[in-house]
Amino acid sequence: MTVMLPAEFADLEPFAAKWCLPTERERFAARLASSMDEMQAFYDAMFPRAAAAIDYCDRYPLDDMPDDVERLMQLVYSLIMVSFPVEVWRQPHIPDSGAAYLDLVLEPEP
Amino acid sequence: MVMSPPKPSEGSWTAHYPELGTGPISYEDSISPEFYELEREAIFKRAWLNVGRVEQLPRKGSYFTKDLAVARTSVVVVRDLNDEIRAFHNICRHRGNKLVWTDFPREEVAGSCRQFVCKYHGWKYDLDGSCAFVQQEREFFDLDRADYGLVPVHCEVWEGFVFVNLAEDPESGLVEFLGPMITSLAGYPFDQLTERFFYRAEVGSNWKLFIDAFQEFYHAPVLHARQSPAAVSQPLLEAGFEGAFYKIDGVHRLVTTHGRRGSSMPPEALKPIEPLTRSGLFGPWDGPDLTGTTEGLNPGRVAPWGLDSFQIWPNFVILIWENGWYLTYHYWPTSVNTHRFEGNLYFPASKSARERIAHELAAVTFKEYALQDGNTLEATQLMLESRVIDTFPLNDQEILCRHLHQVAAQWVDDYLRSGNGGGKR
Repeated sequence: MTVMLPAEFADLEPFAAKWCLPTERERFAARLASSMDEMQAFYDAMFPRAAAAIDYCDRYPLDDMPDDVERLMQLVYSLIMVSFPVEVWRQPHIPDSGAAYLDLVLEPEP
Repeated sequence: MVMSPPKPSEGSWTAHYPELGTGPISYEDSISPEFYELEREAIFKRAWLNVGRVEQLPRKGSYFTKDLAVARTSVVVVRDLNDEIRAFHNICRHRGNKLVWTDFPREEVAGSCRQFVCKYHGWKYDLDGSCAFVQQEREFFDLDRADYGLVPVHCEVWEGFVFVNLAEDPESGLVEFLGPMITSLAGYPFDQLTERFFYRAEVGSNWKLFIDAFQEFYHAPVLHARQSPAAVSQPLLEAGFEGAFYKIDGVHRLVTTHGRRGSSMPPEALKPIEPLTRSGLFGPWDGPDLTGTTEGLNPGRVAPWGLDSFQIWPNFVILIWENGWYLTYHYWPTSVNTHRFEGNLYFPASKSARERIAHELAAVTFKEYALQDGNTLEATQLMLESRVIDTFPLNDQEILCRHLHQVAAQWVDDYLRSGNGGGKR
């Protein structure tokens, strides 16, 4: 298996292939396509490691991040993406939002 | 305990502006195709319209296009070789082709160039709009290129915000149009808040109905009740919401609310992700305090101050938060019962991963709320169109909705009384 994350975060590798996604559009789509069990499992593994992950990413300049660190940061973004379904909604999509959508056309990099 | 903010001496914000009245109002202006046709001319071809910011035009030759379906045109905005920002109707003088576009004629584009070149027959225009080249010019009859420059659109910049006015002869300049309440924001470091999240959606409602949704917070404890832990949302629902300060300045409006930083909130009021990222709906907990940068913020001197939502006529909102970031909203009509919504979040450029992550949480949370709001609006539009009920009550917290519909009616009235629109009725 290809190693995607810094060695210190090897325990999160099982989630990397699915949740290391560079854009909000991809993360939102992954959320809508996931079951609550999948998101809960990712949340339960990621949340206790998130403070350490943020500290780790914080050691690198934003404009010159090694690829594995950038992927770790994407994992934090995905934790944020699943936090509403897990902490609040208990379902993947936003209640009462029906067919409405809101596309993020431009976002900062990374 | 939730304290009620003081109201003006007249007893209500609405009575403080007696011209608004207090009676029920009609939303015929949001369902009538005839009224929408009048709004095109009376409002969107007369008012100054914000189409973007100067940061979208970073270099000489940078341009972007803005489609204004409501006015049946597209404009191209460009920074010319003298660093002047100009706007033109986005149409080639030769056969009327849309001049600047890529792949899809109905999509907006941005880029950089030295000249605009029409895809159809290769006519070229300099960035000041003059016609620079005509393919096989000798084949034309008495054609003088000097007569075939791009059609200019009035364009002015205030504090980095680029506005256009489609009138042949605008009734006022931009600064006069914006008036003292808005222009007193001069000095706020908009130019330093450059980290941008740009959202867009097509919404199934009249443009004014979505403005209404975001210019009152009376709905917040109800529609968004489930977004906060029950320990917080239940007392909020019981107390209801009251804006701390309302102001009307001509055609523009303001609502100010109280607020407090997440770092001072009791733990039971927070979702777990919020203390982890030190951020939330109200933005990063550690954002900069920019309140001293301009006189125009928090004109009601509300304490503790949370945010100012400046509603700029007709379709533009600047919402500034206490913790050093701001949002803009644009509502671009596409028909009587549809519009394109644009939301932009602007933060200081992140200096660290930690700051960037705090911005991400604020942006994701913004979307959770906005999607609930947008969908509700389609439900409103559907039933208003039934015309089962023709007038609706508005409370004091909805004063700005009352004002918006009144200004729309006044502009249409003015337009008709000045002898226009006769042939259209």
